[in-house]
Amino acid sequence: MRTFIARRLGVSLLVLLTISTLSFVLLKASGDLAISLAGEGSGADYVAFLRKTYGWDRPILVQYADWLWRLLRGDLGTSFYYGSPVLEIIAERLPVTLKLGAFAIFMALGVAFPLGSLAALRPDGWMDRVAMFIAMVGQATPIFWFSFVLILILGLNLAVLPISGGGTTAHFVMPSIALAFYAMPAIIRIVRGGMIEALASDYIRTARAKGLRPWAVIVRHALRNTLVPVVAIASVQFGFLLGGSVVVETIFALHGIGYLTWEAISQNDYPVVQASVLVVSAFYVVLTLLADLLNMLIDPRIRHD
Amino acid sequence: MTKPISATPSAVLSRTAVLALLTRWCPHNWRLGLGSSILLLILLCAIFAPWLAPHSPYDQSLTDRLLRPMFMEGGSWAHPLGTDHLGRDYLSRLLYGARFSLLVGFGTIVLSAFIGIGMGVAAGYFAGKVDLIVMFILTVRLSLPIMLATLAIVGLLGNSLPLMMLVLACFLWDHFLVVARSLTLRLREAEFVLAAKASGYSDLRIMISEILPNLVGPLVVVATLEMGHAILLEAAFSFLGLGIRPPDASWGLMIAEAKDFVFFEPWLVNIPGLAIFILITAITLLGAGLQRLLVKD
Repeated sequence: MRTFIARRLGVSLLVLLTISTLSFVLLKASGDLAISLAGEGSGADYVAFLRKTYGWDRPILVQYADWLWRLLRGDLGTSFYYGSPVLEIIAERLPVTLKLGAFAIFMALGVAFPLGSLAALRPDGWMDRVAMFIAMVGQATPIFWFSFVLILILGLNLAVLPISGGGTTAHFVMPSIALAFYAMPAIIRIVRGGMIEALASDYIRTARAKGLRPWAVIVRHALRNTLVPVVAIASVQFGFLLGGSVVVETIFALHGIGYLTWEAISQNDYPVVQASVLVVSAFYVVLTLLADLLNMLIDPRIRHD
Repeated sequence: MTKPISATPSAVLSRTAVLALLTRWCPHNWRLGLGSSILLLILLCAIFAPWLAPHSPYDQSLTDRLLRPMFMEGGSWAHPLGTDHLGRDYLSRLLYGARFSLLVGFGTIVLSAFIGIGMGVAAGYFAGKVDLIVMFILTVRLSLPIMLATLAIVGLLGNSLPLMMLVLACFLWDHFLVVARSLTLRLREAEFVLAAKASGYSDLRIMISEILPNLVGPLVVVATLEMGHAILLEAAFSFLGLGIRPPDASWGLMIAEAKDFVFFEPWLVNIPGLAIFILITAITLLGAGLQRLLVKD
């Protein structure tokens, strides 16, 4: 078990290192930072001065080592646009996206878990058809169109929810529904698949044979075994939502990480763009690590592998 | 490794196989029938857009702005789906928009299938260290939030259609890899593979001519689903202003341009939204139908 944890930790660290290297390469590939920071048409002296102050005139490997060293100490650089540390800006925006993602994943799980389980009880039965239909519709609906449909129905016609901004929790309801709808299809499929597999296994036959009531079999034995894939998919989907919330955040004017990134791209604020991708990826890596450890606790078979 | 895709049909679709496919095709597989018909229709619309479109998609007319579609009050046949805020014919823009969706869908999938299948077959065939490295690359790819990362790359490197397709392809190969790898792992000890090895075939030749033909069915299913994924991402990019650029017409861009009018003229948003929905549904149905047809469980 200890080697399992150690190996898992090692992989996560290596992934983080690779991602940070990739993001450094990307930033360097995006063009001459000094020119974009100085603005077009600035004098050559000023560009040279910026290059010197930021240390962009040093060899690339030295820059990389320096950048990585700062990163390890939590220094993500300075925003070109705001002039303040990137870490501060991101720390300010991250809670909005996390709140949105958490609402959405719970909504998605709340619908998808029962729906997927019920669908699995009788594959190709009417409940299964309904669940698969919902999954297909969810998959085919572009999230930005769905957001507008929500705005038109809930915001305009029924006028029950605020349309834009992030002042109160009510502001988060519509964006969360939109995101949840986006995450749901995958969860429905995973729950359904896991449940069908669980129901076909030997221990379920044994539980049935010894005369347990059908519901006890399903809830106590089968559901518990679908938890492993569900924990895995929930963490994956949560990470996916953190990245995917950019569309929803721009539509509903929620000032989270996605909105920040989108803004930063149009402002050529490269350090912020780079840092947002890096932070969300790091978040995702930690999340999947936690999910794996949690699964190890749920399922002894993983522990003793 | 360019060969695999072109080398496969002859191996798999022998005459008896084609006959067997045809007899199993329509009566029992409505998903395949419906999905492929709708997709074919949209494909034809895209190809023949210049002949089908009643107007040019770029022609602006200040006097004909925001005309309603014919099925609404005040609409006319002159502009069957109305006009946008610049007076451009909406039906024409919709028809031309289909071209970008399908182009991005097909283009991305060809590239990403190449990357994913190549790595997946190699990982499954060689196993050991190669597998370890490939799985690490996969873990890194999965740790990058696709929407945010692709957006950042396109934003940093400048947006153009080829770059967008390239970036999407660099992110959408994961399913190809997973499926190709797990199937290859099952086949690597198969008798026909061992026989080929004993006859002294090179590894590359075994992977391409012995293993790959057996993966075609499941990989075709993956390709359809990933095509839908790529099309949705293109629409989202264009919606965010980082994909297809004005004045060209992409469905995502049409929604973005209409969003300021959504409260007054919601059909402006709903028509391209519905178009994307129908296209993706058709692709999903086609994928589900192909799965039933080609993948034996």
